Amino acid sequence: MYEGIVQELIDELGRLPGIGPKSAQRIAFHILQTKNFDVTRLAEVLIEVRDKVRFCSICGNVCEQETCTICRDPRRDPSLICVVEEAKDVVAIERTREFRGLYHVLGGAISPIEGIGPDDLRIRELMQRLANGTVSEVIIATDPNLEGEATAAYLSRLLSTIGLTVSRLASGLPVGGDLEYADEVTLGRAFEGRRVVT
Amino acid sequence: MRVRHLNLVDYRNYRSVDVALAGGANLFVGKNGQGKTNLVEALGYLSTLGSHRVSQDQALIRNGADAAIIRARLSHAEREILAEVQINRSTPNRAQINKGVIKPRELPRYFSSVLFAPEDLALVRGEPANRRRFIDQLLILRAPRMAGVIADYERVLKQRNTLLKSARSSGLAGNQLSTLEIWDERLIEFGTVIITERNSLVRELREPMRSSYRAIVDADHGPDVTMELTVPADTDDLQTTSDNFRNALASVRRNEMDRGMTLVGPHRDDLHFELNQLPAKGYASHGESWSFALSLKLASADLLRRRSTVGDPVLILDDVFAELDAFRRARLAAAIGDYEQVLITAAVFEDIPESLRAHTVHIHAGTIIDGPVDV
Repeated sequence: MYEGIVQELIDELGRLPGIGPKSAQRIAFHILQTKNFDVTRLAEVLIEVRDKVRFCSICGNVCEQETCTICRDPRRDPSLICVVEEAKDVVAIERTREFRGLYHVLGGAISPIEGIGPDDLRIRELMQRLANGTVSEVIIATDPNLEGEATAAYLSRLLSTIGLTVSRLASGLPVGGDLEYADEVTLGRAFEGRRVVT
Repeated sequence: MRVRHLNLVDYRNYRSVDVALAGGANLFVGKNGQGKTNLVEALGYLSTLGSHRVSQDQALIRNGADAAIIRARLSHAEREILAEVQINRSTPNRAQINKGVIKPRELPRYFSSVLFAPEDLALVRGEPANRRRFIDQLLILRAPRMAGVIADYERVLKQRNTLLKSARSSGLAGNQLSTLEIWDERLIEFGTVIITERNSLVRELREPMRSSYRAIVDADHGPDVTMELTVPADTDDLQTTSDNFRNALASVRRNEMDRGMTLVGPHRDDLHFELNQLPAKGYASHGESWSFALSLKLASADLLRRRSTVGDPVLILDDVFAELDAFRRARLAAAIGDYEQVLITAAVFEDIPESLRAHTVHIHAGTIIDGPVDV
């Protein structure tokens, strides 16, 4: 235990995701000991980010205005909506430059253990977006884990009633990888999801 | 497959120890509490990533040390493999094969063993959880994919139980009910695979188990093993079983809501053991229960051996002979005679039939007194 404020700093840093007690201590001492470390700048950015950044009123992505740049972009195809769990998933899919439609960020996945039910996700907002008939296909891109699959199942059940095309991202072997290095579970799943090619 | 050399550092009572092992039977002799079982426990760890005696790895690290190391040189079909695992007190464990880093959970691919110890009596006499653990471990050894299915099932079960509990306390709203159905579907999907695979494994296990039992006991007590299921599944057809699962869930729904837990599925199933048409639990004598548990383990070894591409699993018999009479000792010695390697621990040298004494290692207070040298 360190004295007073130093320990407080370590505790606060340790509250952040992915940072354990050792990392927290290392960061704290970096801040304390590095002469040219601009603490004021960090503090400003932290306050600014909380102040400025909002969530897009349409898709739920992070943005600095009422709506995000993707939702405002007229070149995007409004008949396609890709549903993701988190805003960082939008960034991941944008990197592919394959998808030209719009997004919808749910803000998580259904997980009773964490107390997250469908009402805690932005599902009502999604249904409102679909109501005016411009959207023809919904691509469900939740994580390929249990909670993501459960959320996908819930959504597809909900969406099947309104006559849209609903698709789900495929899962299986990583591209560019070697078959021999794939773990048994992934390879087993890939076998289950195999496709007929001729 | 066989172990040629075992090296332990800071493992249990061993500061550092080297043991050369021969093909065929190896006997570790020493008084109680000298460290015989620790040697074989360490080898068991390499193939199951766990100890048969404790559920936490912490106890395996020598008091005062930060990490324990298990290092085994194996002959594996035509080649030699150096398998190493470092069990750390405060950081994740690390593993290596031939000095190349691998994930610890990949270790069992390189080394398989079947261990029988006094604790295994709980297979016959203990709680259903013991028997489920036994069958699931074997399921994973037989088809590694099952590790993922079982982990997924347990996760779904936890999610579903949490949902049922919260529904019990707050009353289930319409929207929540539809998410229960989502978890039902997942539970059925993974559960059906587990039920079907367990059924097929039990069918495969039955014959070798009977013949192992006959080999040790030399009497036909009609030993039998069947699954005791909470979901009817007398078929290999996944569709039928999953329909049955769905119906079973529907029939207990009210009850599940009241109690806030999932009442049917593989997590409530049990293995049923029978001798002379009577349940082994409660009816079998101590000797019979012991022989039954032993023949289950021998049958598992037999099953793995038939599927293995790298030779027999190493058979480990921890403190087994003391519990058997002279007749059964001789029978057991004969039954295990053709395994590539068998490791045996005993407190009393005379308990061990002569045919198994060729390579004897004496252990006293965490040191090897004598034994065969490396070849």
